[in-house]
Order: sequence, then C-alpha cells, then structure tokens
Amino acid sequence: MLTAVLLFLPLAAALLLLFIKGAAARALALGASLLEFGLAVYAAFAFKATGTVAFNLNYAWISSAGINFHLGLDGLSLLLVLLTTFLVPLILLSAFKHKYDNPSTFYALVLFMQTGLLGVFMSLDAFLFYFFWEVALIPIYFLAGAWGGERRVAVTLKFFLYTVVGSLLMLAGFVYLYLQTGPAAGSLAQHSSELSAFYSLKLSAAEQSWLFWLIFAAFAVKMPIFPFHTWQPDTYTEAPAPATMLLSGIMLKMGIYGTMRWLLPVLPLGVSQWGFLVVILSVIGIIYGAIIAIRQRDLKRLIAYSSLSHVGLMAAGVFSLTQIGLQGVVIQMLAHGVNVVGMFFVADAIERRTGTRYIPDLGGLTRRTPILSVCFLVMLLSTVALPLTGGFVGEFLLLAGVYQYNAWVGAVAGLTIIFSAVYLLRMFQRVMLGPDSAFSETITDLTGSELLILVPLIALVFWLGLFPNSFLHISEPAVINLLSLVGR
Amino acid sequence: MTSIILLSIFGILNLFMGFMRSNKVLLPGAMLLLLAVFGANLADWNVVHAPYFNNMLVVDNYTVAFTGIVVLTTIVLLPFSRSYVVAGETNLAEYYALLLFSLVGAVMMIGYNHLIMLFVGIEILSISMYVLAGSSKRDSRSNEAALKYFLMGAFATGILLFGIALLYGATGTFVLSDLAGAVAAPENASLQPMLYIGILMMIIGIGFKVSAAPFHFWTPDVYEGTPTFFTAFMSTVVKTAGFAAFLKLLAVALPGAQGFWLPTIQAMCALTLLLGNVGAAVQTSTKRMLAYSSVSHAGYLLIGLVASRGNLTGDAASGIFFYSLAYSIATIAAFGVLKLVADHRQRDDYAALNGLGKTNPLLAFSMTVAMLSLAGIPLTGGFFGKFFLLAAAAGQGYIGLVVFAVIMSMVGLYYYLRPLIAMYLRPAEEGATPVPVDGIQTATLALLALLSIVLGIVPGFLSGIL
Repeated sequence: MLTAVLLFLPLAAALLLLFIKGAAARALALGASLLEFGLAVYAAFAFKATGTVAFNLNYAWISSAGINFHLGLDGLSLLLVLLTTFLVPLILLSAFKHKYDNPSTFYALVLFMQTGLLGVFMSLDAFLFYFFWEVALIPIYFLAGAWGGERRVAVTLKFFLYTVVGSLLMLAGFVYLYLQTGPAAGSLAQHSSELSAFYSLKLSAAEQSWLFWLIFAAFAVKMPIFPFHTWQPDTYTEAPAPATMLLSGIMLKMGIYGTMRWLLPVLPLGVSQWGFLVVILSVIGIIYGAIIAIRQRDLKRLIAYSSLSHVGLMAAGVFSLTQIGLQGVVIQMLAHGVNVVGMFFVADAIERRTGTRYIPDLGGLTRRTPILSVCFLVMLLSTVALPLTGGFVGEFLLLAGVYQYNAWVGAVAGLTIIFSAVYLLRMFQRVMLGPDSAFSETITDLTGSELLILVPLIALVFWLGLFPNSFLHISEPAVINLLSLVGR
Repeated sequence: MTSIILLSIFGILNLFMGFMRSNKVLLPGAMLLLLAVFGANLADWNVVHAPYFNNMLVVDNYTVAFTGIVVLTTIVLLPFSRSYVVAGETNLAEYYALLLFSLVGAVMMIGYNHLIMLFVGIEILSISMYVLAGSSKRDSRSNEAALKYFLMGAFATGILLFGIALLYGATGTFVLSDLAGAVAAPENASLQPMLYIGILMMIIGIGFKVSAAPFHFWTPDVYEGTPTFFTAFMSTVVKTAGFAAFLKLLAVALPGAQGFWLPTIQAMCALTLLLGNVGAAVQTSTKRMLAYSSVSHAGYLLIGLVASRGNLTGDAASGIFFYSLAYSIATIAAFGVLKLVADHRQRDDYAALNGLGKTNPLLAFSMTVAMLSLAGIPLTGGFFGKFFLLAAAAGQGYIGLVVFAVIMSMVGLYYYLRPLIAMYLRPAEEGATPVPVDGIQTATLALLALLSIVLGIVPGFLSGIL
C-alpha cells in the first residue's frame, strides 16, 4: 500500500496543480514533495534489510497477457526512492527562484516526472518498468523543450529521439524475453512479465549475446556511456536549471539501476561476454569526458562533461560485478546525485546574479560572496572525491571494485580523480578567484532561501562521507542477492 | 442487425430533417441518433443471433466490437462539423445522411458472411465518400480529390469484383465458411491458378480501400483535397471497416490458402510501413503528414493480419480491434484540432500550429495526446495497440517483421514530434488570436484525450475480448 501511495501522491498533486495558480501552487507542490519525502523516510525506517522485497503490491494489470501491476522495494530501490524524494523538494525550491511562464504547469511536470522515476525504481514487472521508463521521459521533454534555452528545439528533439530509440530496443528485448517465459502460477495467461519470471529464464549464450545490446541500449543512452552520450552535454546546457538537475541528479540513475536490476541477473552470460567491452567504453568515457571538460568555457557544459566522466566510473563499477564495486555504485549514485544537483544549483545561482555562465567573463567573485564560495567549494571537493565527503567513499569503493576486476583498467579509471581535480579546481579558480571581473563588486551573496537548498545537500555530503554504513547496510543484502543471481 | 436498420432509418430521417432548414437542430439530433445506434449495437454483445438473409450477414461479437468503433468514431467526429452549422451550409442534412449511409456500408463490411454482401457494403461506403470528398464544390482541390478518389476507387472495386467472380468460379460459392472448405479441398487443386488470381485481386481491391502500399498512392492527394471533416471520417471509419473485412476474409474464408496470402501480406506490410513512415517524415503540411501516417498505420494493422494466421479470435484479432480503436480516437482528435486551427488561421502546415500551447492550451494538449498515441508512446492507447500487435506477431515467430516495425516507429517519432515542437517550442505569430472553440468541441476533445489515456493506463478491460 505504501508503495502505491508513494507512486500516486505526486501524480495527484500534479493533477491538482493544473487548476491552481499563484502562491498556492508553490505551497501545494512543495508540500506534496515534502510529504512524499516523509513517506520515503518512514519506509526506510520500517524497512528491514534482509534481502527480501518489502511493501509488495501486486495486482493483475492486463490479466489476459499476464502483465501485473507489481511494485516493491528492496535495499537498492529504497535508496533510490529516498534520493528521488529528497532531491525533488530541493529542485522545486530552486525552480521557485525563476520566473517561468505558467509556473504551476512547470511544477506539475516536475511532480509528474517524480511519479515516473519512482515507478521505474519500484516496478517488479518488465512492462510496468518500461511503462514508467517512458512516462518519466514525457515531462522532462516538455520541461527542457518549453522552458529551455535558445537551441532547445534541435537539442530536445535529439534527446527525445536518442532515448526513445534506446527504449524501443529495450522493449523489443523485453518482448522476446516475455515470450520465452511460461505461465505464472495461478494465471490463465501463457506468459508472464514478472521480474522473477525473467530471472528464472534459461537462455542460450547466443541469445543472451544479442539480447544484451537490445536491452543495454536504453540504459547506455540514459546514463549515458560513451559513445551514446552525444545528446547529454547539449541537453544539460539548454535545459532550464531544475530540469538539468532532474536529468543529472535522478534520471541518470535510471540507467544504472536498470542495468543492475534488469540486465545483470537476467542475462548473466551476455554480461560475461560483453562486460569487458562495456568497462572499456566506460573508461574511455571517463577520460574523454574529463579531457573535454578541461577545455570548456561554459559553466553548465563543464559540469555536464564532468558528470559524463563520473558516470563512466559508475558504469565500470556495475560491470566489475564485485560486491565492493556494486556497493560503491550504490553510494556513488547517492553522492553523485547530491553533488551534481548542488553544482548545477551553484552555477544557476551565479548565472542568475551575473546573467552569464561564460567562465572567462567571471572572476574574483569570492570577496563579496563568502558563503556562496564555501558551498561551491564543498560541492566541488565532494565531486573531486576528497575524504570526509560522500564522493570519496563512492569513488574509493568503485575504484577498489574495478581494481579487483582488472588492475590495469582500475589504474586508468583512477585518473578520474586527478582529472576532476584539474578541471574543477581550475574552474573554481577562474570563476570565484582570479582577477576581478565586471561582477566582482556588484554580486550579492546567497540568500537564506537559497541556503535552504544547499544546507541539506551539504549535510548529506558529509553524512555520506562520515557514516556511509548507514546507507551501505541497507543495500548490502540486495547487492549480495544480485551477485548470487549473476552467479558470482 | 438492429444497427443497420436504425442507421438506414435515421439516414432517411436526416434527409427529411433537411426540409426544416434548421442546422442548429441537426447536429445534436444526429449525435443522439448515433448514440441510440451505439446503445442498440452494444445490446447485441454476447447475444447469439442466427445469420440473417440466408446466411449473408452475421451479428456476433466480432461484428459488435468493430461496429462499436465505427459508430463511436462518427459520434465524436460530428461536433467538428460546427463550422458548417455556423456558416449556414445548406447541404448539412445531406452530409449527415451520407455519413449515416456510409456507416450502413461499414457495418455490412464488418458483418458480411457472403462475398456479395462485402461488395455491396464497400460500394455503399465508397459512393457516399466519393460525394463527400467533393462536397466543397467551389474548391478545385476538393473537386480534384473527388475525381481522383472516384476514378481510382471505381477501378479498385472493379478489380475486387473480378476477384470475387474468379473465386466463385473456382469454388462455386460466395459464403465464407463454404469457401473455406472449397479452398482447402484437394479436388480443387486443378483450379488453383484461378483461385489464386481471385485471391490476389481481392487483396488488391481491399488493400486499395485501406490504403496499403503499393495501392496507397491516391491517399495523400485525396486526403489533402477532401474537406478535413470528411478526411477524418475516411481515415478512421473506412480503415477500421476495411480491416475488419480484410481480417474476416483471410481468417474465415481463406485459411486454407495461407501459404499463398501470408507472404503477400507480409510483403505489403513491410512496404506499407516503409512508404508510409518515410513519406510522412518528408511532409511539410500537417494534413499530408496525417495522410501518410494513416498509410503507416495500415502497415501496423497488416502485421495483425499476418499474426492472425487465419484466426478470427485470439491475440492478433483482439490486437487489431484495440489498435483500430486507439488509432481512431487519436486520429479524430488530431484532425479535429487541425480543422479548428486551419479554419481559423487559413493554413495547414506545421507553422499553423505555432504557439498553440499558449493561445489554446486545451487544443494543444489534445493534439499532444493524439500525437503521442499515434507514435505509440506509453500512457496512451496507441502504445498498447502497437504492443499487442507486435507481441502477437513476435509470438508467432515473425521477428524480422517486428524488428522492422519497431525501426519504422522510430521514424514515426520524428514526424509526430513536429506538431508538438510547433505548438510548445515555437512562438505564435505576431497578433495570433486564440482559435475559437465552442463548448461541445471542448468537451469532445477533452473526452478523446481522456479516452486515449484511459486506454493507455487500464487497457485490460478491452484487451483480449475477441
């Protein structure tokens, strides 16, 4: 029942928002998202980390085809639900800072998107998963398209086509898997699209080999890993700041989560055949994203490439198939979500004050903005993976996992930390320090309401850095389960 | 059967209502009459009737289901004829009467059990449509459309009739179930050339009516020239009835000749998907895009025919039913919005839709749902329509065809997004005023969007009913 409430509460709020205008709309959107976060926290406390699926909800959806409306939470999905419900109120708060046309529609789309995201993380039926996977795409397309920058038309079209083509391939793969299943117990339908039915499939290595790419296409585009990434920098740059936060903070995790839940245990032979190639692509992405980030002069674009580089490491961690690596992925998903949202928020705060994101135009901002500088630095250092921060724990575990998988790959992947120190510190130096610019004297510091967004983010950065175990123990049984299904 | 009788009586009634010269009464009157037909039709669900007229017509669940689609489609289409009412169109009663008569033809095409009945149904439907295509008498494009449609249509009907004659010559019967036995009978082996040419000619004739490639070439020009209100009818009712007839012909009369028609339909299907989607992608006019898109949807429905493998019940038949319903709902909404916008802004290219999201949020929303449904994006009925058809085909082992259809639906995404881009991402022209929409049109568009979404969220109640 709890899962159903979690899923439909944002949707109900989004529908209400279509009829409400003005300040009441803000209150409703924020209130609903906070209530949602409260529910997720309650779920986390009620949850026992035993490796079983909790809060099961299972109804026949299309009974003639054996498709069920099956929701549930295990340790892995619970953490992502927590991340989503934690970030959405902050993203809404950051949206309040802007004067958008039709603000209530904007908030409604954000909440609608939350339903899609939560559905993806909670679905235990292949077609329900695919359904929510696409549901999450529609609002973000309109958010990025209708409120985006000048080049939005071409950019969002590219984004949409890339992701939908990827997910159609995944759907084709799912249909094939579905047709291989037998009937579920007590069902009249000939096949079943339950996750458990997919897990018990015994497919030949040759089938798994091509199915791997059909299903992985959707996840690879969403993350994105090299060479499926070309939509990402443009879209992150052109989308309005809250949409960029949704894309990078949460939507990206759909790809990683999907790989862990719907690819590794379903096609273990395909994974062992192609895993090394994917790891190599991920490592190429790490280096490629980092090198391009060094040359960027647009603040948002730089963060976009930095995100590309970091997600490469997460993908490599997923395919390392080691417990330590997968636990690293889990903690890094949380840390990256917090970091990247914080970074985009700071970039947005600077842009709102100065009217530009062009790095050479900025400089010497620190003097007037001590608080902004500190917040920026914390987010940045966590992204660079400095000890004490969440980024450190995540990247350390990830690198340990990838090193176990293959020492050489681990060594190259380790460059991500050095590279990110180079481009991020250099960016900080040119934006905040350095010679004075036109804005050095006029810029104002963060306001109280902006701190309201950054303080929770910073708190979580340190929490993740100091007490990672409070999250790791939730995901541990789920990760062990996962590895036993893959056969490791 | 009651629906055929009611539709005929109401059609004549409508003609007489024309004497009253009160267009205001006509529209709600016609809608109410059709609602009565819809109800009478539903009352036949799960009721067993003996075949009518010496086994010429059967009313079973199959007939009721597809009749339901065509009647419902016409009901929700009617409100978009408001501009005729406002303009004081003198022939409105005749238009409605012709629509009702063509519905009689559609129902006969769906319920036929005898090839002559099929022919009569197709002719009743087509002749009304030839007239309606040219109903905009002073518009040369409408005249052109009517002439083209008539010449091509008459030719295609000739081929169909020739096919029926050859089939009769080879088997000695018109009744579907007898045909099935005669086609499969080994003693007719010597007649095979005649039989196969007959089947091929029938496929060509019906393929023309449902605009399946390579017999689709008339579609863009005729759709474009025909007044939008009637284009919407053509691309939904005619197509639905055509496919219901097509499936029945192949499944009931010709399962014995599968080895012959399956490859033929497969080839037509691939070609239709290719030409429809690629053709739609290069259009600049929304109306022409919708015309090509209707060709491409004929392609998806043909997949259902392939997957049915000669079964009138089961996954594929239910899939065709669901797809036709979802497609009809979305298409009526798309043409309805297009008609309102084109009437007001005097153009029908993509740019006509610019900024509609600002000036008319409801129209834009309705168009959005329609486009997403036609593109087959989840949350809309179109997704489950495609899903049921493709899953049925994949279940029968037609993996190559399914993969091709999926690739083609990716092309579809490109052109279905273009109206959305125009409506939401491009600003309206200077001084653009909101498109006037009256209450009943608003309600209809909202209902259509709601129906599309309901079919996309809880498809269970209509899936697998056949």
